[in-house]
Amino acid sequence: MPSPTPTPLHRPASRRELFWAFTWLALQGFGGVLAVVQRELVEKRRWMTREQFVEDWAVAQIMPGPNVINLSLMIGGRYFGLSGALCAVAGMLAAPMVVVLSLAALYGSVAHTATAQGALRGMGAVAAGLITATGIKLVAALDTNALGKAACVGMAALTFVAIAVMRWPLAWVLLGLGGASCVWAYRVLGRVDAARTQGDSA
Amino acid sequence: MSVPTDLWWSLFVHFASLSLLAVGGAITTAPDMHRYLVGQQGWLSDAQFTSSIALSQAAPGPNVLFVALLGWNVGLNAGGGPAGGAMAWGMALLGVTVAMAGIMLPSSMLTYTATRWAHRNRELRAVRAFKTGMAPVVIALLIATGWLLTVAHNQPARDWPLWLLTAVTTVVVWKTRLHMLWLIGAGALLGALGWV
Repeated sequence: MPSPTPTPLHRPASRRELFWAFTWLALQGFGGVLAVVQRELVEKRRWMTREQFVEDWAVAQIMPGPNVINLSLMIGGRYFGLSGALCAVAGMLAAPMVVVLSLAALYGSVAHTATAQGALRGMGAVAAGLITATGIKLVAALDTNALGKAACVGMAALTFVAIAVMRWPLAWVLLGLGGASCVWAYRVLGRVDAARTQGDSA
Repeated sequence: MSVPTDLWWSLFVHFASLSLLAVGGAITTAPDMHRYLVGQQGWLSDAQFTSSIALSQAAPGPNVLFVALLGWNVGLNAGGGPAGGAMAWGMALLGVTVAMAGIMLPSSMLTYTATRWAHRNRELRAVRAFKTGMAPVVIALLIATGWLLTVAHNQPARDWPLWLLTAVTTVVVWKTRLHMLWLIGAGALLGALGWV
């Protein structure tokens, strides 16, 4: 039972807007784009709810290939079909590609200085904070999850331990814990649906 | 490196085959890229491989751009290195195109088709169960990623300012709407000054 969204969602007016939105968020994405996607598309532009973002991210994560590219394909495709998907991916890649190739061409002149290495170290620490905070903010999206908040937090804790403490390979965690969680959700949703059907007919 | 046509095709096939294996992100296939490009074929030096990954992490944008840099360096080497002039730069750009097409085309076609199907069938119990069940797992993955990035610096006496910076950033992003670029800039400045 999803709760009603407080404010209506917006959507990109054109493929051009889609392209530039993805260019802008890709250029802000130091040490990973995901935190920026969440902030720009959910909090600022309101193209999707927090819950939709988590759902899309789950799919983008489980499909093979670069995660953020998968996410761009899905979001762009939802608004404008295949051409929208291509616009979003092009926006995500074009400008950063120019930046990274320029960096590569210049590499060697500054990379060995203590200043450049220190700056990278500092940016890396900030990027770690951005990713952690994004995860913490998204915990609120579990409030409406059919599994129930307590069960979700338990499953999240297991996943954290498996990855961060046990250091198990990601694919195994996604297949094992993710698979178990999906089977469980399938059963819970079956009961919810049955209860709803009974309620409707009564 | 005298048979470019063969080289481009092999490069494409290698990245295309890894594309469908890259569950959890392209970076998870980096070890196999190293084995093939550096060890087996000798198209890249070890230093070029490592610096490609480091540079792509430092630059803005998706992490998959490290593949573009690998392609760039393979092409540059095939064209005779930076001394090769326009020919070498052209080969480098071709390398970028071939590598990125390889890593992205198979997975993108699969993802696009599968997600369109899932969207059309979003009322199916199996589709809803997948989204419901995966939500807590992927949220935990994010927090775990942040944690792993932090504890990769594992010398408390030296690294505590770095941990503090990560903790402060977490709270600021969580509780305020301050623009992320300010935080990145602050991190770069503190690092450049040697304070973290």
